[in-house]
Amino acid sequence: MLAYALLAGVIFGLYFSLVGMGLNLVFGVMRIVNLAHGDVLMLGAFAAFWLFNLLGLPPLAAAPIVFVVAVAIGWPLYFLFVPRLLRARDPEMLSIIFFFGLSQVVVALATIAFGTNERSIPGRVLGSGPVHILGQSYPAAWVVSGAVSAAAVVLVTLYLYRTRLGTTTRAVMVHREEALATGIDVHRVSAIAFGVGLGLAAVAGVFAPFMMGSVRPAMGADINITSFTVIVIGSLGNPLGTVLGGIVYGIALMVMQSYFSSWANLLPYLLLIGILLIRPTGLLGRTLRHA
Amino acid sequence: MRSALVTVAVVVAAAALLPLAYANQLLLFNFVVFLTLAQGVNIIYGFTGYLPFGYVGFFGAGAYGFSLAVMHLHLAPLPALACAAAAAVLLGLLLTPLLRLSGAYFAIANLAASQAMLQIVSNPNLTDITKGPYGVSLSGVFSPNLSYGVAVAILAATLAVMVFLRHSRFGLALQAIREDPVTAGMAGIDVVRGRTVAWLLSALVAGSIGGVFAWYVSVFYPETVFSPEFSIFAIVFALFGGIATITGPILGVLILYGIYNAIGISAPQYFQLIYGMLIMGLVLFLPNGIVSLFKRWGFDVP
Repeated sequence: MLAYALLAGVIFGLYFSLVGMGLNLVFGVMRIVNLAHGDVLMLGAFAAFWLFNLLGLPPLAAAPIVFVVAVAIGWPLYFLFVPRLLRARDPEMLSIIFFFGLSQVVVALATIAFGTNERSIPGRVLGSGPVHILGQSYPAAWVVSGAVSAAAVVLVTLYLYRTRLGTTTRAVMVHREEALATGIDVHRVSAIAFGVGLGLAAVAGVFAPFMMGSVRPAMGADINITSFTVIVIGSLGNPLGTVLGGIVYGIALMVMQSYFSSWANLLPYLLLIGILLIRPTGLLGRTLRHA
Repeated sequence: MRSALVTVAVVVAAAALLPLAYANQLLLFNFVVFLTLAQGVNIIYGFTGYLPFGYVGFFGAGAYGFSLAVMHLHLAPLPALACAAAAAVLLGLLLTPLLRLSGAYFAIANLAASQAMLQIVSNPNLTDITKGPYGVSLSGVFSPNLSYGVAVAILAATLAVMVFLRHSRFGLALQAIREDPVTAGMAGIDVVRGRTVAWLLSALVAGSIGGVFAWYVSVFYPETVFSPEFSIFAIVFALFGGIATITGPILGVLILYGIYNAIGISAPQYFQLIYGMLIMGLVLFLPNGIVSLFKRWGFDVP
């Protein structure tokens, strides 16, 4: 049972790192808190649902389409709102409130468009029968979702560490003004990171019907808490730390569900508060924040 | 000072006298609750800059403090209200380490704390103590008129605290901390004490009104009194009107909660849409609230 829980924790952990990755990328590059992150994920989930039911498109084919659409939406959204927010006196705080407003608009529009019914996609479209790993067997949908998440994490790593765009993105993360002074087109780099952040959330949404049960317009709020827990464990502003955070969170969740199922819902909150109090910069955090 | 006192007197008198002229007492009660909560948010957010995304945790702690005192200790409502306030202040003390966090970290940790409270209170394993997810019924102490009166008294006390904060050295010290904690500390202000007092004060406000809420409705579920909507509404009302002022949150509640009652109940998703757009517009174009408009036009608002 422990081996089952640990391995399931790793599979879910990989998925949770994908869930948190986009939020962390946006925070790292722009120092703004995208409270509509969970709602973008919800939109991705509904896109996968409709693409499957109307066009018969399987989620694996839907994922790249959803990603491209999300990036295409994120780009103008950045130029419309973010530079204005960054000029404010306290961008971090104002962004929380602003994106909360955006999240309300998204949830309201989704409720008007889709209704409040819960939707789901049958797990068999990701492969039939259980998959055996190290003597344990898991639903194929879990394994495929975990594998896609791992692939997405690898792609993000390549984007950040193996391309010129990634180098400039990391420069903006370290110091926005100095990056501007060295001639980096900060707004272009940030807009791409913003789009990629939304895209990652939407791709995570495509697999949400398999990993989080059913899909409904108001699901974003809970996902936000999960994402924050994951990225705070791994360190805010460090996209690759998210993977560590996701796996720690996934294993903790699976072990709690196996042994203390009635208290498992409490876990993300306690983990989040505990880690913030003990190590406010997360497990991989290096620099200390002042006052 | 005088215009502030006049504003407070008008609001309290209106809250106290309107039930004689208007039959929907529950609606008026909800207005009183949100007027109080918005000022409670104002104390901690307006004067110290900490955004309490989980403010409802104190409200729920007050409601359950009241209910547990009535159910298990068989106290009369007024002593039970003291337990409600004590429960919220105790929770506030427990959460003071969160004040070490800043900005978004604090807001998120506070939100998580309030959700953790809900998970604990509504856990089926605690049914013997809190009635778990099945909700609390206090029909034995049900007394709408008396509890309404007490709620107005709490609103009056909260507004009095706000007048004090606006016109005292302590309130100025808090605003100095909000603007720049390091400089404030250099100027001889005890930063930690100031923040802690403001935090506990806002907990006391929310806990007291939460206790009265439990008394007034007397039948409720954990999700009712820990609903994140209380935090969000209170924060948005305060921001919409203008924080760190007395009139701002009052105007915010009257306008936005008024709109909510006009259209929000029959078509919640359209209200949510309007509401979300209002918030976005507010942050982008009027970050200091409606009151800043009056100031721009040359009126002095308390």
